[in-house]
Amino acid sequence: MSAAKFSNPVVRWIDHRLPVFSMLDHTANEYPTPKNLNYMWNFGSLAGLSLVIMIVTGVVLAMSYTAHVDYAFESVERIMRDVNHGWLIRYIHMNTASFFFIVVYLHIFRGLYYGSYKAPRELLWILGVVIFLLMMATAFMGYVLPWGQMSFWGATVITNLFSAIPFVGESVVTFLWGGFSVDNPTLTRFFSLHYLMPFLIAGVVVLHIVALHRFGSNNPIGIDTKGRQDTISFHPYYTIKDMVGIAMFLLLLAIAVFFFPNAMGHPDNYIPANPMQTPAHIVPEWYFLPFYAILRAVPDKLGGVLLMFGAIAILFILPWLDRSPVRSARFRPVFRIFFWLLFIDALALGYLGAMPAEGIYVTLSRVATAWYFLHFLVILPMLGVFENTKPLPKSISEPVLATTGEAA
Amino acid sequence: MRKLIFATMVSLMSAVGMPGAALAASGGDVTLLKNDWSFAGIFGHYNKASMQRGFQVYLEVCAGCHSMKYIAFRNLADLGYNEAEIKAIAAEYEVQDGPDEDGEMFMRPARPADLMPSPYRNDNEARANNNGALPPDLSLIAKARAHGPDYLYSLLVGYQDAPASMEVPDGMYYNNAYSGNMIAMPQPIYGDDVEYADGASTSVEGLSADVTHFLMWAAEPKLEVRKRIGVAAVFFLSIFLIMSYLAKRRIWADVY
Repeated sequence: MSAAKFSNPVVRWIDHRLPVFSMLDHTANEYPTPKNLNYMWNFGSLAGLSLVIMIVTGVVLAMSYTAHVDYAFESVERIMRDVNHGWLIRYIHMNTASFFFIVVYLHIFRGLYYGSYKAPRELLWILGVVIFLLMMATAFMGYVLPWGQMSFWGATVITNLFSAIPFVGESVVTFLWGGFSVDNPTLTRFFSLHYLMPFLIAGVVVLHIVALHRFGSNNPIGIDTKGRQDTISFHPYYTIKDMVGIAMFLLLLAIAVFFFPNAMGHPDNYIPANPMQTPAHIVPEWYFLPFYAILRAVPDKLGGVLLMFGAIAILFILPWLDRSPVRSARFRPVFRIFFWLLFIDALALGYLGAMPAEGIYVTLSRVATAWYFLHFLVILPMLGVFENTKPLPKSISEPVLATTGEAA
Repeated sequence: MRKLIFATMVSLMSAVGMPGAALAASGGDVTLLKNDWSFAGIFGHYNKASMQRGFQVYLEVCAGCHSMKYIAFRNLADLGYNEAEIKAIAAEYEVQDGPDEDGEMFMRPARPADLMPSPYRNDNEARANNNGALPPDLSLIAKARAHGPDYLYSLLVGYQDAPASMEVPDGMYYNNAYSGNMIAMPQPIYGDDVEYADGASTSVEGLSADVTHFLMWAAEPKLEVRKRIGVAAVFFLSIFLIMSYLAKRRIWADVY
């Protein structure tokens, strides 16, 4: 911590007592980052940006929202019609929620492909899964707030899952609802928690970043950096590279917000909640569909709930399921095939979650669910033992120089 | 009850039958007509003349049963009416106000700031007057149905004689756009139901298109400003993306 390196005396005075400038300097200039990160490494900063957008728009929306079953729907319409640019704030909030999940799913698959969860980054990965779980809870409760038909019935269906817990299930559900059905106490507590949880996420994000900075980013080759020739400073190289990603993200977000604001929502949520009338099809938001498909694939309620949560829980132990010493899929020819099969499997589950649970869709959901667990519980552990991996390069600079030589 | 809800969810429920409501979807063929709406597309905008005609259709055909709870008279300025016209339209309605200084509620002519009064005092009265079916509020209907405007238009022009194979119960009507093909709403538009001042077509198709245009505005009144800002935002962000990329290329030039 050398305060002397700042020329501005005010900065020096502050930094001596509160080393924020040293911290910034360390992050931007000293913190070594592998020089070979590709654009798949943009999604971490994009997830952070999404969280900030959600918190800022959410705080503004909360100023005009009324958490009461008789007024919630109407207050959202007031925001859409009478609050200055309220429609814009709400559409940004709605669509950024979806974009947040797109970004995080890509971030997760990036980690899966390049083995970013492997030692010594196990806790970094686990904190990421915690963030993902918190995001899901937050998004679920946020979707309830407009108190439309899908809000109400989605809340009813999902909270009912907890009644599958043996012995105490019914009590747990009553506790979640604050009563004997989804009603005003449910809405008010969901609003309270929906406001709280993004800040919990922000806290875990800080831990996620602390854990990241311990060993630095993984990289597309998946081998450790071997010295200064393998790394560059975060600024300006990755600040500008992240900027490109941010520009692309904002451009796509703007297209969604301004031209297709309701494309990722469900029309039924523009119908006020009616506890007496069940919608023809209750479907969760698109980002829950793969898990919804797993839930419905099991004929037993408790089994379905266990598998659905198990699908996420399995990610916590992933670092110990995949024992291959090689991180990056680039040097794991068999793993690479199975990675893409898993990717297709996840997309298939998402599609099946949106389809009615009848006929061929049930069978396909079961096959896709089985494959998901087979991948993590059987294939990954076996690959760690039997796969012939390709030889790893000696250092990052070596293959980087070699490939650019070829390209040029 | 909870188990019941869950069971229905797991089997992905078909609609729970409500007394008098439309019968559950039974796989009838549904026809969706695609129209060229002026509000569609990147530069979409509303057609004020069509919206005014649609408002007239709403008042003379729909408003007897369907409320528009989220629309205030002042909002009609979007349709091109001036302040005096809006005051005149509002003044034709009576709304309850009060309490006055004696503590009494009283009726007074509506003002532009008032919301449009509903035809029924509550849902029960609405059902009682409509054979048990509840005419939905129309403020958001164009967003509350899949394919909103195309669907509404198709529904309004979709009344036909039922095929011989289909038995339509009393109080239900055959419609080729409605899920299950049986709807509780009698055919609202037959053509020439309304007299237009501007001489536009009053065919079933003409009236249906106009009222759909009006309903789309009611559901999404900020559509024009949204798309206008959107064009500017996308233009700005495209430049931003190109500049970022060029800057990135330049900064990275010395790395490899």
